[in-house]
Amino acid sequence: MQKYSVFSLIKNAFTNHMNWEVAWKDPVPKKEYDVIIIGGGGHGLATAYYLAKEHKITNVAIIEKGWIGGGNVGRNTTIIRSNFMYDANARFNEFGMELWRNLSQELNFNVMFSPRGIINLAHSDAQMNAYARRGNSMRLNGIDAKLLNREEVKKHIPMADFSDDVRFPIFGGLMQPSAGTARHDAVAWGYARQADAMGVDIIQHCEVEGFDVVNGKIQGVRTSKGEIKAKKVGLCVAGSTNILAEKLNMTLPIETHVLQACVSEPVKPVLDGVVTFGAGHFYISQSDKGEMVMGGDLDGYNSYAQRGNLPTIQHVLTGGLALFPFLSRLKMLRTWGGIMDMSMDGSPIIDKTHIEGLYLNCGWCYGGFKSTPVSGWTFAHTIAQDRLHELNSELTLNRFSTGYLLDEKGLGTKTWIS
Amino acid sequence: MLHIKCPFCGLRAQKEFAYGGDATVKRPELNKEVSKEDWDNFVYMRKSPRGKHLELWHHISGCRQWFKVERDTATHEIFKTAKMSEEI
Repeated sequence: MQKYSVFSLIKNAFTNHMNWEVAWKDPVPKKEYDVIIIGGGGHGLATAYYLAKEHKITNVAIIEKGWIGGGNVGRNTTIIRSNFMYDANARFNEFGMELWRNLSQELNFNVMFSPRGIINLAHSDAQMNAYARRGNSMRLNGIDAKLLNREEVKKHIPMADFSDDVRFPIFGGLMQPSAGTARHDAVAWGYARQADAMGVDIIQHCEVEGFDVVNGKIQGVRTSKGEIKAKKVGLCVAGSTNILAEKLNMTLPIETHVLQACVSEPVKPVLDGVVTFGAGHFYISQSDKGEMVMGGDLDGYNSYAQRGNLPTIQHVLTGGLALFPFLSRLKMLRTWGGIMDMSMDGSPIIDKTHIEGLYLNCGWCYGGFKSTPVSGWTFAHTIAQDRLHELNSELTLNRFSTGYLLDEKGLGTKTWIS
Repeated sequence: MLHIKCPFCGLRAQKEFAYGGDATVKRPELNKEVSKEDWDNFVYMRKSPRGKHLELWHHISGCRQWFKVERDTATHEIFKTAKMSEEI
């Protein structure tokens, strides 16, 4: 594989960039693989990469119905954080932060990880107390957390509405300085390129139509490009999890909902890190191109449409305007939607299933992007060793029946309001 | 914007309604032994189909009645709405 560097860039400039090697091949599927990963998104690609790199399993296929990186890894708001309260989520995502910090070097692909910090705003004394508690929990798990008062918040985001007559005055906020953003597509492409170089077959435009299960053991999958055998199959299909689960006669504690995001026209730098509104569901950051990247609530009803509805955008931006009145002057450039695998407690599932050789990676709700590296890392471990890693030992499927929920927000099972 | 036909008030804009989730989920019967599995299925497990989905809506800014809606989760086409006492 050609190494990307300033020298290769200069060298290729002389030939008008016509002689770059393809970043990944377009192979014809083999009859059999050691492992099949269904879903060529961030998590699937990362899983294949860590299977090859950490576990030396290179006879791996990634099967993707569309094209790699065309789903949620290309549709998110690129936020990376580990500001969780529960130990299982905090440790899992903090390990992920460690992977993020070295990812560009490791993949020889600039994922533009930019740790500019995240501030969750508080608008009441009760919310400040809750954030103090969460911040303390984070620090006990070795995660940086800073409780900011109103004046400190003002230093970070002077353009927010700090006037006295607002409905939800800013009391302060909880900041994780090491959180940030990354270039989402680069994450998918970087993992794909390295996985391909190590021998992983990336098979695009290939739909999984069914599964071969004999005596409770997985034998392979039936696809639009024929049958492909494998003793181990991993599901990394986010919002399509329930569709494939139905083919396996499985019912899961997951519902699929559409979440929208939007960007404004690009403007000069105005916002450094990520900010979340505490009195409504709204989060915002500014991309390197200058666009304000915003998101908020789910549309609020089960949906497989990868596009959303205007009332939700309006509702989300109402919250945005309450916080940052200057947004009213900006034109909206794009809105789009992605389908989320909303789990019933708001935390993900990385686990084995009752079918031998079938592994499940789902339930990311709308926080899947930040966990891309650690999800791939732990899922690869789970598949390769046929047992859970300590990091995902609590992200099990049976936590719903045993009662060991990871209900970070304690919102109950109405996934559409979480 | 969805346009939902409330069985009591007629066609109204989505903003008047609140979503209530999968309408095929049934609470285990009262005053009977409930197995762990039945309880899990009721509380947590959802089919979440792509296509026709029977769901509950609440006309929260209108007559405040709950009712059933049969809607396509991929196209958002609404096929039918019915009162809680009616079958779809």
